[in-house]
Amino acid sequence: MKLWRNNLLHLAKIIILSILDALAVWSATILFTEHKYIFLSVLIIVTVIINFIYLSKKTYALRYILPGTFFMILLVVYPIIYTVYVSFTNYGTGNILTKPQVINQIENRYYLPEDTEGFSFEAYKLPDQKEYAVLLKNEEGKLYLAIEEKVTEVTEADSRFVDQDNDGKIDMIGNYEHLDRAQLFKNLSVLQNLEFSLNDNILKMKSISQFSLYRQQYKYVEAEDKIIDLKNNISYFPQEGSFTSPEGEKLMPGYRTYLGWKNYFTLFTDSRVSGPFLRVFIWTFEWAILSVLTTFVLGLFLAILLNDKTLKFRKIYRVILILPYALPAFISVLIWRGLLNTEVGVINQILNTLSLQSIPWLQSVFWSRFALVVINLWLGFPYMMLISLGSLQSISGELYEAASIDGASAWQRFKFITLPLILVSLGPLLISSFAFNFNNFNVIYLFNEGGPPIVGAQTPAGGTDILISYTYRLSFESGRGADFGLASTVSIIIFMITAVITWFNFKYTGALEEVKENV
Amino acid sequence: MYRKQDKKTKIFKHIFIWLVIAFALFPLVWTLSAALNPANTLINQKLIPQNASLTNFKYLFNNTQHPFPIWLWNSVKISFITSFIAVSMTALAAYPFSRFKFRGRRNGLFVILLIQIFPQMLAMVAIYLLFLNIQEVLPAFGLNTHPAIITIYLGGAIGVNTWLMKGYLDTIPTSLEEAAYIDGASKFQAFYRIILPLARPILAVLFVLQFIATYSEYILASIILNSNQKYTLAVGLHLFISDMYSNRWGVFSAAALLGALPIVILFMLVQKYIVHGLIGGAVKG
Repeated sequence: MKLWRNNLLHLAKIIILSILDALAVWSATILFTEHKYIFLSVLIIVTVIINFIYLSKKTYALRYILPGTFFMILLVVYPIIYTVYVSFTNYGTGNILTKPQVINQIENRYYLPEDTEGFSFEAYKLPDQKEYAVLLKNEEGKLYLAIEEKVTEVTEADSRFVDQDNDGKIDMIGNYEHLDRAQLFKNLSVLQNLEFSLNDNILKMKSISQFSLYRQQYKYVEAEDKIIDLKNNISYFPQEGSFTSPEGEKLMPGYRTYLGWKNYFTLFTDSRVSGPFLRVFIWTFEWAILSVLTTFVLGLFLAILLNDKTLKFRKIYRVILILPYALPAFISVLIWRGLLNTEVGVINQILNTLSLQSIPWLQSVFWSRFALVVINLWLGFPYMMLISLGSLQSISGELYEAASIDGASAWQRFKFITLPLILVSLGPLLISSFAFNFNNFNVIYLFNEGGPPIVGAQTPAGGTDILISYTYRLSFESGRGADFGLASTVSIIIFMITAVITWFNFKYTGALEEVKENV
Repeated sequence: MYRKQDKKTKIFKHIFIWLVIAFALFPLVWTLSAALNPANTLINQKLIPQNASLTNFKYLFNNTQHPFPIWLWNSVKISFITSFIAVSMTALAAYPFSRFKFRGRRNGLFVILLIQIFPQMLAMVAIYLLFLNIQEVLPAFGLNTHPAIITIYLGGAIGVNTWLMKGYLDTIPTSLEEAAYIDGASKFQAFYRIILPLARPILAVLFVLQFIATYSEYILASIILNSNQKYTLAVGLHLFISDMYSNRWGVFSAAALLGALPIVILFMLVQKYIVHGLIGGAVKG
């Protein structure tokens, strides 16, 4: 029985591995046909590693760690690395495609030369199919037949032509039937998109009665890496992701390309970008500091009050006071947003009944920042109260007794005993809280989408935007183009700040050593 | 505190606490009142509504333009699946760190912790572009799908939780597994049949914490999901409220209360552990 169960487990493992491998092979063929060789090689390597880990005895422990690690590498590590890459590019609206895609697109543009040749035409269509043939006649009376994507010169005696009623008009070409004027209009949308190449030019429909020879306008010269405008005889050279003429005129669209440190320079030196960025940067720090400070002061004060064992109702107080922490933050913020609505919000109505003026909570930079700090105080003080309570309980009562005997006042006891001891034990948590609020996207964005807008800013930076919401708006704000490159650059800056905070936290607390020793 | 307090100080303490309680309850009471008020507007709202009714709640469930029940279901579904898989992977990952000797054990957990310090949302652009690419090859996992957002959340599954889990597993004596080995159990069977059942309390706590965090996540969900039927509650409610705030205040309040309810219940259930875990450095989202 036991043996059977062991075998069953083994069998299950083999089956799951086989399914994974089958999926991998299937994906590999798709990637191969789509010429995505980098993804293909990654897929092969990963599949081999997975198989090795689950089949080799040496890697037994890794079998347990692999599932979680797999997702971590794919969705945390890889995106971080990719963010670094994107921050060095111009990826974004107007620069989405790769260079070959853009060249291909531009080379497919045509213009109508002044000396163009006009053709009168008759169109033919296979019954019940969207296949067309066009019989063209140029000004000199030469006939051309455009059929199955090829154009050939023909004579009226061509064997495929059928003139059933002998009126001199050809009624059928092979199985293709002639389209009269009404049918022509019906099929206009398809006919307009027909393109045939003839002598390096393109035959396209110009009007309902005419085809014309169009000429390719742009040609890419690989040797010199430039695009020539054949019509105006201008050369466009690649410059920061766009083919640009010597006069500075750009061919749209641009392509995505490596820019080096340009995004970083723009962020810090281009005054139209760096001005708003600096505002956002400074407010992010102010916001994080104010958040930690206000919540900690209120939380600690409440904790000291509740820590008094002689206080009546302290248990009930505690339960009520942690209620704001129990609610999902996104819902609380949206509720506050309603209460603080300038025109119809409850808070302004209360102010009005007290014959005070309405406050523009969502329209003024100062008041929306003020409101945000109050909202975050509401959201965050229970957490600070809870951790302070925990920490207060670990302070020995003897210390206070000794202080009392020495004649210390309540304030002195707080200043010289409670605060220093609490700061030692809660320091790391306060730093974590700082890091958390530094990236507290939900509160900032759900309250006011980072607004009110800064007037005249080149980028979508608002009065209450912090770095993370600024990144979000750079990439995903509808209405403006996305600038993934610049957004990633801001992300990288947040990464570095987070790294510094973390390093400081570890150094301050020795948490690093603790982790390493306990493993 | 160790002197006899005079009456004045005591009264001051109570007054202060009552003021903070008023601050804490103020938004909640107004929301409750608005939800029960059939007038459905912010203007002239009274604290105690006249002819209180459940009109707003009914409207909520019959609104095709803002399908609240679907959003709520999406959120619960996504959070449940994410939490279940995440806790399974956490338990698996924590076990060898607690029990086995292997190369890289000392640094492995540390590296995992270090990586997960950086919030996943910082790489939102890259994640978006990744799924934009996946969409071309595998639309079922592309943008605007629930498998995509669940997969993204699973990226952050192992991390601090693995550390907490390992700490708990360390407290379970190894003699239990040794006994199982003698009875002929394989290593995996010992883990699955002996250790996992014993670790149920920490599994439940981690599940709830993950559930709350996933349920409250906004930024990545808003990037990945872009249709009314696919939204999570966080994305949907934000849209709902941005559309026409003042006109739907009552309905929104009803939605807010119903949406918050599952989390408040879960939070109260594991409150004691969360308070404990806080000291360990876990911050609720």
